[in-house]
Amino acid sequence: MTIVPILVLALGTFAFRFGGTLLRDRITLSQRVRDLLATGAVVLLVALIATSALAKGHDFAGWALPAGVAVGGLLAWRKAPFVVVVIAAAATTALLRLAGVA
Amino acid sequence: MRSIWRTLDPGLWRGVLAIAVAAAVNGASFGAIAVAAGNPLWVPVAMSVLVFAGGSQYMAVGVVASGGSPIAAVIGGLVLNARHLPFGLAIGDVVGKSLPARLVGSHLLVDESVAFAMAQKDPERAKAAYWACGGSLFVAWNLGVFGGSLAGSLVSDPNALGLDAVFPAVMLALVLPALKEAGKLRPALLGAAIALAATPFLPPGVPVLLALAGLLAVPRHNGTGAAGTTETAGAAETARTGGTGGTAEAGPKGATA
Repeated sequence: MTIVPILVLALGTFAFRFGGTLLRDRITLSQRVRDLLATGAVVLLVALIATSALAKGHDFAGWALPAGVAVGGLLAWRKAPFVVVVIAAAATTALLRLAGVA
Repeated sequence: MRSIWRTLDPGLWRGVLAIAVAAAVNGASFGAIAVAAGNPLWVPVAMSVLVFAGGSQYMAVGVVASGGSPIAAVIGGLVLNARHLPFGLAIGDVVGKSLPARLVGSHLLVDESVAFAMAQKDPERAKAAYWACGGSLFVAWNLGVFGGSLAGSLVSDPNALGLDAVFPAVMLALVLPALKEAGKLRPALLGAAIALAATPFLPPGVPVLLALAGLLAVPRHNGTGAAGTTETAGAAETARTGGTGGTAEAGPKGATA
């Protein structure tokens, strides 16, 4: 890998980030569109959660990963502190893998 | 403006610290993998400072390491990062108005900082949470990458530690309150189903973008979901009904640049 692809990736990524925040400021959005954008961000985040919890590349990630995420999610739903959510999710997945669950 | 330190409660700082530690370990693994793939030390380090988007960095290094062209690596990474545009549109207010703040703030836009900002109740806390999370992650990720690149195979397999479960679990914890708001759960579930269905067939990043089709499930009239509304949704509802007079046609009014 040379410096050129790194720079292109960096500039392109920054353009997405900067473009979004700039557009937000430059265009006047109706309340309906702003609600849709907020919902759109939630939709993207949930899709990201689902795919990163259940898939590795094109394939199913195995049970240990979604099980850890589910334990973390359950604790978050029960209003557990953030640190507990993080540690419980990682520990569940790690222990399941240690026990031989993929 | 009050200081970020005082705006945020200790619980939120502990949360930020927890994901920063996970990011540092994850970064160490990225650095080790990149160096093990034959890259000089400066490659993962420069990439992490300049790109600052873990998923696309893993992908770019992985594509090149497996014999792919740098062009394919860049395109794959950019597709993966395209979601940052709608994220910026949704929460762009938190970066501030001045040019320096906007340049730095935009660079700190990652999934976690977006989710942290969206989980806050008022704009001031959202702004503080965004900067605290984005800034902490930037420092932790880059320190981790540097350390991992130096140490080589120190953390060769972060998955054995279950660290790959931290990202989705953290995001889930942050997004849960928003899912209780009226009209958000159904689009989110539909979008997730679309993304999962597309994952076996499409390149990484594309399924998540396709999830935006879940917005089709947004109810036309938001006043009906009374059963499950929380206080925040209730407040938003009152704000909305305040202008019921002419909102029916409030479409793209003034939506030009």
